[in-house]
Amino acid sequence: MKTVTLTLTNPSELFIEGQNITPDNFAGRKAAEIAALDVWEGKQKSPLGKYFTVEGDGGATAEETKIVLRGDCTRVKRIGQQMTAGEIVIEGNADMYIGGWMKGGKIHVKGNVDSFCGIGMEGGELVVDGNAAHHLGSSPRGEWRGMQGGVIRVAGNAGNDTATFINGGTIVIGGDADIHISTHGEGGTVIVKGNAKGRVGGQMVKGDIYVYGTIENPLPGFSMVDEVEQEVDGETARFAHYIGDLGERHPTSKGKTVYANLYTKL
Amino acid sequence: MPKRIENVGCPYCGVCCDDLVVTVSDDGKKILEVENACAIGNQIFHHATSEGRIKLPRLRQPDGTYKDISYDEAVDYAAKVLYNAKKPLIYGFGSTNCEGMAAAAKVAERAGAVLDNCASICHGSSFLAIFDNGYPSCTLGETKNRADVIVYWGANPAHAHPRHMSRYSIFPRGFFTGKGHKSRKIIVIDPRHTDTAQVADIHLQVKQGYDYDLFDAFRTAARGHEIPAEVAGIKREKILEVVEIMKKARFGTIFYGMGLCHSDGRNHNVDIAISLTRDLNDYTKWTIMAMRGHYNITGPGAVWSWQYGFPYCLDLTKKDIAHMNPGETSSVDLAMRDEVDAFINIGTDAGAHFPIEAVKHLKKHPWITIDPNICMASEISDLHIPVGIVGVEVPGIVYRMDNVPIQYRKVIDPPEGVISDEELFERIHKRLSELEAEETAKGPAKAAPEGARAEE
Repeated sequence: MKTVTLTLTNPSELFIEGQNITPDNFAGRKAAEIAALDVWEGKQKSPLGKYFTVEGDGGATAEETKIVLRGDCTRVKRIGQQMTAGEIVIEGNADMYIGGWMKGGKIHVKGNVDSFCGIGMEGGELVVDGNAAHHLGSSPRGEWRGMQGGVIRVAGNAGNDTATFINGGTIVIGGDADIHISTHGEGGTVIVKGNAKGRVGGQMVKGDIYVYGTIENPLPGFSMVDEVEQEVDGETARFAHYIGDLGERHPTSKGKTVYANLYTKL
Repeated sequence: MPKRIENVGCPYCGVCCDDLVVTVSDDGKKILEVENACAIGNQIFHHATSEGRIKLPRLRQPDGTYKDISYDEAVDYAAKVLYNAKKPLIYGFGSTNCEGMAAAAKVAERAGAVLDNCASICHGSSFLAIFDNGYPSCTLGETKNRADVIVYWGANPAHAHPRHMSRYSIFPRGFFTGKGHKSRKIIVIDPRHTDTAQVADIHLQVKQGYDYDLFDAFRTAARGHEIPAEVAGIKREKILEVVEIMKKARFGTIFYGMGLCHSDGRNHNVDIAISLTRDLNDYTKWTIMAMRGHYNITGPGAVWSWQYGFPYCLDLTKKDIAHMNPGETSSVDLAMRDEVDAFINIGTDAGAHFPIEAVKHLKKHPWITIDPNICMASEISDLHIPVGIVGVEVPGIVYRMDNVPIQYRKVIDPPEGVISDEELFERIHKRLSELEAEETAKGPAKAAPEGARAEE
């Protein structure tokens, strides 16, 4: 695997839109060619090299390309957007849409990320060591087919609207989550290892949510049915099992109504 | 003799009353009387011919004062600000006509700007819910003629839309509602005991910020499942009673306001209200409608959706593609994140409506206000361009809160020399095109085609 190192040496005045910073776009390109790729700052289109110094060439394919971003990328959006393979390591913070519409490969952010990260994700892995803001693994506006697959791991806290319209895949939040988890969910799994504030599983049709801590305001549409022992993210524990959202429509499978499941740790 | 003009539209709120009668003086210069309008609508007409109207653009001077300049100079200034900025923001449009909005969109597209309207801090979250969940709505006429159950949720029309209740929802006698308010059930859901709640048959005093939970309880109860003894501060019996009334209605409308779209959860509160409306249609006919604020704030949604496919928060910086994602491309977020470097405030007052922090961020860059009147935004601007008042001095199309377009007309002429929003934006567009052409002419000539010339 070949490594391309981008160092942000000339920060932008506004925000940089770096949708071209993906292994797919870097593959088969020399350092100088990578530096000539387009990035946007508002309406100004500039070469990547205006802001970043580029070291190393891309691999032959996306799978063989690793990108390391150094410097403060707090004002860089859309890194790894729509990537299908390869690896990206962001040494610090990053802005919005990191790993948005991602199909494969791996992104590792060592700092925090802003909103809309991992939206519309279909596959691959997004790991954030810090916190994530809002709309983590959510669906893009107006899209009723949300996250389809892949794994998102956030070690810290997440903001509101996590996993809206989730259809598949897994989101693991190490800390707390704000309101609205898996709203309109039709599948997939969300695991919150800290506390959840409320509106967990509102309008949810199918899918699973695990909350290890407390839910400050549980919804009236969820009803407890039994206690179960389950293995979650490599550890086994006992959970109170709720079904819901009883106010929402639910499909039937083999003569039985399918509900969304909410598990809270006992 | 003074002239009486009938069936005049009112340029105040989203109800768009079109039954005003305006009496204008002999010389057509003074508005003498306005009949049928509410106190606020009345004031808008009288204000037009009162003292102290601004008649020329005003440019900020180094000593902090304003100096009158010509429209040509103002157009040049605005075009240069837009041309030089990397990401200008054009925001407002609550109080202008659709013609002005279309012209502004032309400017935004040419300038590579972000184009946003007051929905951004108002009913924009309703759009997001409508994208996600549809909009089972109706016109106000249908509500007037058919509805026997009216729900006001998080809205206070008694103050914000003064004639809404008398024209469309509670009091009028319609085709199938001949008994007027006597045959209607009024349910108001609001954390405060508002003046609207005073006229309600049932007032549910929901705990502030728990509307989503209450909707969930309504939906769960409507499907016949158990609900907790109390949800959002409302007793189970009361919830079941209201659900029963809603199911037994002949025709119902939920009117909702800022209580839903600007309390915690925003679009999700509206989203679940739409879900409840859909559920109730299993039993009877129910509809839902946003209580849009200004008389033509529905307009930019209609105009720009037609032009670009999105109603608000349009990022046109890439010129050939429109991108929209509130949270990123919404005005207050752009300001707070320092993501824009020029600001045009038109037909609204961002100085008064935006959070003070957002105003401080925007003030780091050029700020232009386009407004007929002196407002907070005009007083902190670098340039203030006055325009004619739509509905009083300028005619045009406006969209009522139920998406019905209405042709507004003018009753008097604008002060001499004052132009309309549409003309102003057309002139800015022309100047922008000139600037672009000048810049292109300065650049290197087109490269000569490669290859050897054939011998002569």
